[in-house]
Amino acid sequence: MKLSVLVNEGPYQHQSADSAIQFTKAALAKGHEIYRVFFYHDGVNNGTRFAVPPQDDRNITHEWSSLAKEHGLDLVVCIAAAQRRGILDENEAKRQGKDGDNIAEGFRISGLGQLIEAGIQSDRLVIFGD
Amino acid sequence: MPMLHTVNKSPFERRTLDTALRHAVKGSAILLIEDGVYAAFDGTVVADKVKAALSDHKIYVLGPDVAARGMSEHHVIDGIDVVDYGGFVDLVTEYDKVQSWL
Repeated sequence: MKLSVLVNEGPYQHQSADSAIQFTKAALAKGHEIYRVFFYHDGVNNGTRFAVPPQDDRNITHEWSSLAKEHGLDLVVCIAAAQRRGILDENEAKRQGKDGDNIAEGFRISGLGQLIEAGIQSDRLVIFGD
Repeated sequence: MPMLHTVNKSPFERRTLDTALRHAVKGSAILLIEDGVYAAFDGTVVADKVKAALSDHKIYVLGPDVAARGMSEHHVIDGIDVVDYGGFVDLVTEYDKVQSWL
């Protein structure tokens, strides 16, 4: 089945980013397709490569990036939510006159239309958040 | 239409479980995850309400989130099924729609 996931909460906030990762892993393990993971509101903070959690703690952003690499996941960060919270890719950094970008590997920045499209194209949309 | 409702807040903190139970039609499934698992334990002030809901709904609780809170399956009310993340995925595919009460 084709599933999409919406993440509305940042990493290390409560538990939703962890729940979303565990759900995504379980769905892939059962042979389902993850059409897209969309990060909205504070969820965009999942997509910064500048976070450095303690070494004995899980690295949520790395987990997303390696899942994306392994399974070709489409990890999409909402552009308006990202700009408010300082999540930038190379293009956006240039466009906004910032001195660097911080988007993590496997993530891309795009618009809310990508969430709507995921909802239309997928059999189920599962929401994780605060 | 019967569907899957997920509840991720403790019933001692928020009212989302009440809201979910009020909106869920007969035959719907309720899956308790994250702090929502506190609703699944017996002997609490909400336990009677949850037991009553079992006559209209299937209620599930996410086992890893129970364990993460230092509780075990024998604290869980009889009639509530404990599932793992794979079971969560199965419930999502089994029901036509998923409503996450956040």
